[in-house]
Amino acid sequence: MEFQFAGLAEFLAMEGHGPYVWIAYGVTLVAMAALVLQPVWRRRQLQAELKRQERIRQRRQSAEKKRVAEPA
Amino acid sequence: MAWQWFHRLGSPRWFYQNTGAWLPWLALASVLLLVLGAVWGLGFAPQDSKQGNSYRIIYIHVPAAFLALAGYYIMAISGAIGLIWKMKLSYLVMRAAAPIGAVLTFISLLTGAVWGKPTWGTYWVWDARITSMLILLFLYIGVIALSRAFVREQVADKACAVLALVGTVNIPIIYKSVDWWFTLHQPATIKLTESSSIDASMFYPLLTMIIGFYCFYAWTLLLHTRNLVLQREWRTSWAQQALRGEPLAAGK
Amino acid sequence: MSSVDRPATAGPGFSALLRVELLLALRRGADIANPLLFFVTVLALLPLGVGPEPELLARMAPGMIWVVALLATMLSQESLFRSDFEDGSLEQLTLSPQPLYFAVLAKVAVHWLVTGLPLALLSPLLALMLNLPAGGYLCLFVSLLLGSGCLSLIGAVGAALTVSLRRAGLLMALIVMPLYVPVLIFGTGAVQAALDGYAYHVQLAVLAALLAAAAALAPLAAAGAIRISTDS
Repeated sequence: MEFQFAGLAEFLAMEGHGPYVWIAYGVTLVAMAALVLQPVWRRRQLQAELKRQERIRQRRQSAEKKRVAEPA
Repeated sequence: MAWQWFHRLGSPRWFYQNTGAWLPWLALASVLLLVLGAVWGLGFAPQDSKQGNSYRIIYIHVPAAFLALAGYYIMAISGAIGLIWKMKLSYLVMRAAAPIGAVLTFISLLTGAVWGKPTWGTYWVWDARITSMLILLFLYIGVIALSRAFVREQVADKACAVLALVGTVNIPIIYKSVDWWFTLHQPATIKLTESSSIDASMFYPLLTMIIGFYCFYAWTLLLHTRNLVLQREWRTSWAQQALRGEPLAAGK
Repeated sequence: MSSVDRPATAGPGFSALLRVELLLALRRGADIANPLLFFVTVLALLPLGVGPEPELLARMAPGMIWVVALLATMLSQESLFRSDFEDGSLEQLTLSPQPLYFAVLAKVAVHWLVTGLPLALLSPLLALMLNLPAGGYLCLFVSLLLGSGCLSLIGAVGAALTVSLRRAGLLMALIVMPLYVPVLIFGTGAVQAALDGYAYHVQLAVLAALLAAAAALAPLAAAGAIRISTDS
């Protein structure tokens, strides 16, 4: 088993078929990367949403405390 | 006792806790195998005597097509398990499998089209296999569209499971009929890939890629399912702990 | 035999339901006329779009008639369970002792009687307008007769899945269209074979087999989908 091409330029050119091969591999790479990154991104979204809800709850709790401490 | 693992699998929390450890291994295996297979196929496998170098697209086209079809069955079987044993987690696997399968189907269609240009001079032919893959993509899109249409997730789960099962019954019929339609309209002048004997030097990189795609599928399916678990169990304290990155106590 | 342990058969309930449904469908005249008018109108647009050359129209006629018949069937089916869902009688049907399978089958049969059958009867007229050669008429009629039954059965699954959704039309098309593929292929294949002077009974036999399989399985899936949709 040996490298089938004389050099990098020949490897990239693929005897004229280069653009097709590289487009196919490139799009596949992008699509597969998207499949991996989408859950990561979605998880971040969920985490941010959780933080936001916790902030709201805390703010509500402290407001409640204040209201109990100094009745109008 | 023998069925304990099966019932445990039904618990989203158990699933979430115990699959986390698999992720790095699956990621490592799929990246290694895919890189190895791609380098092998692109640089070291011999050139095809008839198609030249464009045939090297086979190393992503065929595995993607494999997984696209297998993914539909995985989706449908998960849906069926959900319907039969009322297993929440199984529905989540089904929901996760739909977009992954659709993307893989898209990859196989696109690589097929790009491959077609140098091989027979046009991007798109209504070849039996390409047409079947296109219909498979429509089937996936139907499931995804249906899953998004419902407000209540539980109803969406069941409806998608029924649709996936109906699609499963139909897939063999669709394949056979498209095959018949193709032989009717196109004399056998163009053939995409001769499925005849393939030389070992070309076959081993292909095998590597196929196994790599399987690992990749398992990896992304786990990733997506785990996310859906967290999303669905949003209100429980363990899911919130997991989202904050705190370690979970060993639970049920 | 008491009514409680009656075996799960079609029985008198089926024919009664069939009669009621047919009566209801016949009273709503527009529901019968609209798919047919759609069929005629779309096919009348075809020559305006591609030009009036008789040879071209003759070549396109089988496929176009089939595709438009498919669309007409599908569009008319969106409302198959809709009114029953809205007034609650669909939920009552799921509670009745009679299997839901037969109720769905009755509804589909009536839908075919008021849509598929008239479409097939109307098809020779449109074939004439599109200049279809004489050899294709009988085959077109028979293939539409069998095929529209399949289309109605498959469409019922889509209609049942989407019945609880507000705007279901396009979604139902998305779901159901890929499942129509075999019927379309063998329907047009039969007509094409007839035009080319070959025997076409094989294709018709396949269509009949598809109809039999769909009649056995599609109402089951639709019944399951109805239970899911009414459960919410």
